[in-house]
Amino acid sequence: MTFTKSTSRPTVLAAYSVLVFAFIYLPIVVLILYSFNRDGVGGFPPVHFTLDWYRQLFSDLAIWDSVINSLVVAGASVALSLTLGLLAALALDRSNFPGKPLFRRLVLLPLILPGIITGLSLLMFAVFAGIQLSLFTVFLGHGSALISVATTEIFAGLQKLDRAQEEASLDLGATPWQTFWRVTLPNLKLSLIAAGLLIFTLSMDEIAVTFFLIGRDNTLPLEIWGRLRRGITPEINAISALIFSVSVALIVVWYRLRARSMSSVPRKLVETS
Amino acid sequence: MSVAGAISPQNAPGSSAPLLEIRDIAKRFGHAEVLKKISLQIASGEFLTLLGESGSGKTTLLRLIAGFEQPTSGQIWMSSGRLDTLPPYRRRVNTVFQNYALFPHLSVHENVAYGLRVKSTPRDEIAARVEDALGMVKMRDFAEARPATLSGGQQQRIALARALINRPELLLLDEPLSALDANLRKQMQSELKTLQREIGIAFLFVTHDQDEAMALSDRIALLRNGALEQVASPREIYSHPATAYAAQFIGQTNLLRGEVRGGSATCGAIRICPVTGLDGPATFSLRPEAIKGALDATIGTPYMTFKATIRQQIYAGATELLEVDCDGQLLRVRVPAGESLHGEHQFIFSPRDAVRIRD
Amino acid sequence: MYSRTYKTLVAVPPLLWVAIFLLLPYALMFAHSFWLVRDAFLIHQWNLQNYRALFTNPLYFQVFLRTARIAASVTLCSLVLGYPLAYYLSFHTGPRKELLYQLVIIPLWVSYLVRGYAWKTILGTDGVLNGFLQYLHITREPVSFFLYSPFAVILMLTHIYTPFVFLPIYAALEHIPRPLVEASQDLGASRRATFLRVILPLSIPGLLAGATFAFVLSLGDFLAPLLVGGPSATMIANIVQSLFGAAYDWPLGAAISVCILLITVSLLFATERLENRWSFK
Repeated sequence: MTFTKSTSRPTVLAAYSVLVFAFIYLPIVVLILYSFNRDGVGGFPPVHFTLDWYRQLFSDLAIWDSVINSLVVAGASVALSLTLGLLAALALDRSNFPGKPLFRRLVLLPLILPGIITGLSLLMFAVFAGIQLSLFTVFLGHGSALISVATTEIFAGLQKLDRAQEEASLDLGATPWQTFWRVTLPNLKLSLIAAGLLIFTLSMDEIAVTFFLIGRDNTLPLEIWGRLRRGITPEINAISALIFSVSVALIVVWYRLRARSMSSVPRKLVETS
Repeated sequence: MSVAGAISPQNAPGSSAPLLEIRDIAKRFGHAEVLKKISLQIASGEFLTLLGESGSGKTTLLRLIAGFEQPTSGQIWMSSGRLDTLPPYRRRVNTVFQNYALFPHLSVHENVAYGLRVKSTPRDEIAARVEDALGMVKMRDFAEARPATLSGGQQQRIALARALINRPELLLLDEPLSALDANLRKQMQSELKTLQREIGIAFLFVTHDQDEAMALSDRIALLRNGALEQVASPREIYSHPATAYAAQFIGQTNLLRGEVRGGSATCGAIRICPVTGLDGPATFSLRPEAIKGALDATIGTPYMTFKATIRQQIYAGATELLEVDCDGQLLRVRVPAGESLHGEHQFIFSPRDAVRIRD
Repeated sequence: MYSRTYKTLVAVPPLLWVAIFLLLPYALMFAHSFWLVRDAFLIHQWNLQNYRALFTNPLYFQVFLRTARIAASVTLCSLVLGYPLAYYLSFHTGPRKELLYQLVIIPLWVSYLVRGYAWKTILGTDGVLNGFLQYLHITREPVSFFLYSPFAVILMLTHIYTPFVFLPIYAALEHIPRPLVEASQDLGASRRATFLRVILPLSIPGLLAGATFAFVLSLGDFLAPLLVGGPSATMIANIVQSLFGAAYDWPLGAAISVCILLITVSLLFATERLENRWSFK
């Protein structure tokens, strides 16, 4: 490695980095800690350990109803976003059509725009089209906004795909349709799964867009939000801790999958060797 | 104003004190011993090449001198000062990197001026010296260009100028020509040699190409698995290789293994007399061009002779390489190109050309 | 290699969907901004009244200024925290680099709500921080300004967006070929000079990308003020939200949204130009 590792260690920088790390993690650690605290949220130190809040959580039907709602919306959003994202990625990678740069920007816009804008514009659309607000409108919102995530991931996967494989398939007599199913799609498997995981997690956590599209049935974040308006209870700590744990697990899996799909030899490298 | 002014009286070529001294340097990466107690001296103004295969440790040694690695043990001294305890930016050593490492966000001029800017050199002095340095590598017209727009050969020249403008006592070159195509490479070798002679700075050159090493160097240090195999001038290494590895790495050779008794050696069907050294098993290196056809009268007495059958004839323009079979022993003979040859022939060589080596 | 049918088949569905569910809604919002509300009814009468109100009524300008200040503070703090961390991870960690990177990235994708809620519980007068300070006898009474203040919003959003800012900066730093750093030191530049002259300039595209992201998203945030901000930290998006809620004036809300959209798009455009100027191969 470079000289930087030899004589003088950057101790100030290292200490600072530790502090930043702590800043990122400490609030969540505190949150999880207090989900086990008998005396509620706040005060210090949390001495009395209890699982009561988790018990309360597990018998809270409204929460679990909202969890199911979230799962349904997330599942549907994954299906929609992956399908459209796959097509969009293929289009961006392989075809040229008028308005392609505009299309690319439009697809990626919901990623960078504040959620309120996307949410409100979809609300106006729902009113315009006479669609009543419900989980369906939430699904439309998530699905549309998250196409960008799918497109980006799958596009990256397509870049790694060796074009020669598809050419070989055609050469051996397979039709383009067969080639797509037998060669292209299997090669994209890792990208698709990774994208799906990410979309699922983001949909489960989504608030800003959901806020304006929600009907009678709540998703989990909105259910929690509603309770927050009434007051803080450690039960919310408990559900938050659970959300955090599940999200972390999913993201770790996503990351591993992504790393594996990226480690395959990229197309360019093969061509020059 | 020219870079030749870099020569300070102490380090004038020919002065006796070594410029750089490497004392018992060893380097370990984890469990791998990359350099095994190397000791080497570099004289000021000399062109020394570190030659070896990949994994021989030559690049590691270079990086130790540049300051990007620390030795596991041993010391490096330069002009009576300890070098290995200094960070790279305080060493009077500059490097030409393998892929040039030109700064993409700076123009050619800014790249070359970098070392001077960092030391807060006055602006007009910078301007003059950059002009000079660019002229030295024949790139004056490219001062405002960006590195990305230059070809490989051009980038290499800029990298050279950028290093030399700082008037280092020693210039390190890490396989600088390996990314160039064959013709450009030959041309750059010639330019590099001329440049080094002109400015008189010591060059430490790393390469795996033995032709390149032979063409450029005053001395070659052959590295093998982290140890020095032989350190000598190109002529010396070629004509008197110390080991079989040295004999085979540089140029081609025939290795004749046999027994020495009473001043003469028997290697299969070939006899060599006189030979020096003790009795016992011995290996001799005999270059293909040292063996001639029996009708060639240029070899004086004494001469050794043997009969061999020609198995293959490989044409190479000015010469031919014959693969011959001498009673089961396969040898290579290089002769001037002539007509097609077959069958059994008589060959001769001078015993002085059979160099006894360590195996 | 791909037939025209293939290419059209592949492009049409997403194009159609994006046109209907993204382009059309944005267009609708744009249209709404030119309409009116009278007696709680939406009137499709084209006018510039909403925009006039935005530019004449000082309230909107004040809130917008506060929002911009908060967003700028969040961006600055995130950079101050995120850049050194990215630099340290990229240049000074060895075999554990990958693991540490994952540790920084993971909170990025974990629920905004969870992280915001965590701060709510920490900063309150009965919260963890106050409890901690009183326990150590640093304070005797709860400190009230931690929560329900712009400070709390900045703190929460900085916490949310530091990993966002870290990501592109780290990627940019990783892309810097290490021989460039060695060459700089070889030529006599100390570590500090090498950072200022080589590493920092080459990391600017990543820095810009991260900063834009943090700024734009903070600008349009309405949840943080509701969670931890209180009335003194009302941001422009809160006004929009209430206009679509209790205060029922969709056209006005749409007008503000259009402004936010335009600011976002122009910022993105500007930084993209800057990024292109500062990216070198």
